[in-house]
Amino acid sequence: MVDADQTDIGGEPQLRFRDDQPHDEPAVTLDAFLVEQSNATAVRLEAGDDARALLPYLDRLALIEVSFPTYRDGRGYSAGRILREAGYKGELRAAGDVLVDQLPHMRRCGFDSFAPEAEIDAATLRRSLSRYDQVYQKAADAAVPVWKRRHG
Amino acid sequence: MYRYDEYDQGIVDARVDEFRDQVARRLSGQLTEDQFKPLRLMNGLYLQLHAYMLRVAVPYGTLDSRQMRMLGHIARTYDRGYGHFTTRQNIQYNWIKLSDAPEILAELATVEMHAIQTSGNCIRNISSDQFAGAAADEVTDPRPWAELIRQWSTFHPEFSYLPRKFKIAVIAADEDRAAMRLHDIGIQLVSQDGQVGARIFVGGGMGRTPMIAPEIRNYVPADDLMSYLEACLRVYNRYGRRDNIYKARIKILVHEIGADEYRRQVEEEFALVKQLGIDPPAAELERISAMFAPPPFDANASAEVDRGDPDFAVWLDQNTRAHKQPGYAIVTISLKPVGGIPGDASADQIDVMADLAQRYSADELRVTHAQNIVLPHVRIADLPKVWQALTEAGLAEANLDLISDIIACPGLDYCSLANARSIPVAQKIATRFASPERQRDLGELKLKISGCINACGHHHAGHIGILGVDRKGTENYQLLLGGSGAEDVSLGKITGPGFSEDGVVDAIERVTDRYLAVRTEGERFLDTYRRVGMEPFKEAIYG
Repeated sequence: MVDADQTDIGGEPQLRFRDDQPHDEPAVTLDAFLVEQSNATAVRLEAGDDARALLPYLDRLALIEVSFPTYRDGRGYSAGRILREAGYKGELRAAGDVLVDQLPHMRRCGFDSFAPEAEIDAATLRRSLSRYDQVYQKAADAAVPVWKRRHG
Repeated sequence: MYRYDEYDQGIVDARVDEFRDQVARRLSGQLTEDQFKPLRLMNGLYLQLHAYMLRVAVPYGTLDSRQMRMLGHIARTYDRGYGHFTTRQNIQYNWIKLSDAPEILAELATVEMHAIQTSGNCIRNISSDQFAGAAADEVTDPRPWAELIRQWSTFHPEFSYLPRKFKIAVIAADEDRAAMRLHDIGIQLVSQDGQVGARIFVGGGMGRTPMIAPEIRNYVPADDLMSYLEACLRVYNRYGRRDNIYKARIKILVHEIGADEYRRQVEEEFALVKQLGIDPPAAELERISAMFAPPPFDANASAEVDRGDPDFAVWLDQNTRAHKQPGYAIVTISLKPVGGIPGDASADQIDVMADLAQRYSADELRVTHAQNIVLPHVRIADLPKVWQALTEAGLAEANLDLISDIIACPGLDYCSLANARSIPVAQKIATRFASPERQRDLGELKLKISGCINACGHHHAGHIGILGVDRKGTENYQLLLGGSGAEDVSLGKITGPGFSEDGVVDAIERVTDRYLAVRTEGERFLDTYRRVGMEPFKEAIYG
């Protein structure tokens, strides 16, 4: 498990699981991206936005930020997987009400960067991310599902 | 019976560790109650009116004696000496201390049990036919498929924060003993060209807007099932309503966009998801199926039994069903003694049932959605001994599917959502109809009581249903007639103005009297209702 770099960018707490430099261009809204600023390289998706609207542009996006307005709103998990399944390789950031207990699921759905509203305790996060060494499903991460371990 | 391997055990053990950590953070104040709530809920821990309630998963309702004894041990050690079997084939304990919860989970893990996803807006315990593996009418044993789905849905990273809870049932017979089409997804295993696959219904449910699930696909091959379910769930996760908790179940989405449009979206998603390689190989279903191989039956078991004791004969006729293996029977142990709490069993009774399973039923028990316990594989020759032991334990009520075999939610006695009490109403009805002869004369009559419109007591699916509501600060009971959770699924209709607690018992008696007056030979209550309609009953009730 890669240890996250915990840095402050622009006053927001950040957790990154990537080796490249943080993207510093501010993210534009999906509407703005589609209608006006299609040369932008960073887009923010609100929870109700259709992630598939970005599929034609994935190779020129460096950052997609997905909003989690409350931890109960799980639409962003599908958005993350849809983007990764379509081959998106750039930074995928979960922003908003991102809590330590939801973070492992977000990692499995392809998120590799986090902008939580409230700071996440580093020790709790380490325990949380290393707790499960087996998973039952194939998802957007590299984890091997147990059925594959059972049958090769 | 499914047996954990090192992977399954590792995952459940990790869950115990995780929950211990979460409880510690809550007790130290690091987590607020609001932040803790979804975490404890995903482990089946509810804050009720008087204490915490812990709901333990019994996957597809199947248990062995060792697991059953553990349930008794928990009742004795951490609760007040009893447990409550639920309509999702689980068990819940109503008097749990938060600080004990991690230890209870640790004890459960030693017998391959857990409380994972027994609540919360996630995929809940998979339910199934309580006669699976014993019924003559099944295409295959549905439980290996249910286990496959259990594993797929456990800690599913994409579907743990759905708009609302999500219930899946798997059956494999034409007779529906699991209310399959009243689930978010109902699966009926069917055979096509010699291959077993899944017929898929989506968007059923009870609650305040009851719906019968429409068929979405008539056949999904085994190799595609996880992809297909993933597509069904993804469409729901993305487009299910999140603005109103009462409109957030998948039934509302399917109803609002229509079954055809929902099917179209699922098929589109399925075409993409199928490419991802998320379906386990056939060998995995085979591995699981091997663990559900039938027990070694005695091919020479006798079908003869001495019916000399009249009480035994009554119980035999009422509470046992034909087994696919000659010389064997399926026994249902009623947890509905007259005047008791439907679904409750004491720790001692739980131990008795465990002992009987070990000795007489190939070490297997089932929990039914009607809140009873099944011994699925009993030799007919052993039935008198089983009955004797049940009688001594107060478990030989001969009322399966009769009017006193009532499904009731915990109601206002325990539940913080309830508007009215359910248990006292169930007790009064059972007492009013206590005469066994009278009950048998009335025949099959499924009576179901909910203490609020969330419908945990399945009142919509009762031949007679009762819904408790709050009317200007007093408990009021509406009466419904004509529902069914079986293969002839239908939703009950409200008779008219509601009643007081005693009034509803009187009204039911007027309904059953009218039924006796107008029924034709061999007609069940439900059949008569369907033939004559609501009017004669309304007239009997309201005059």
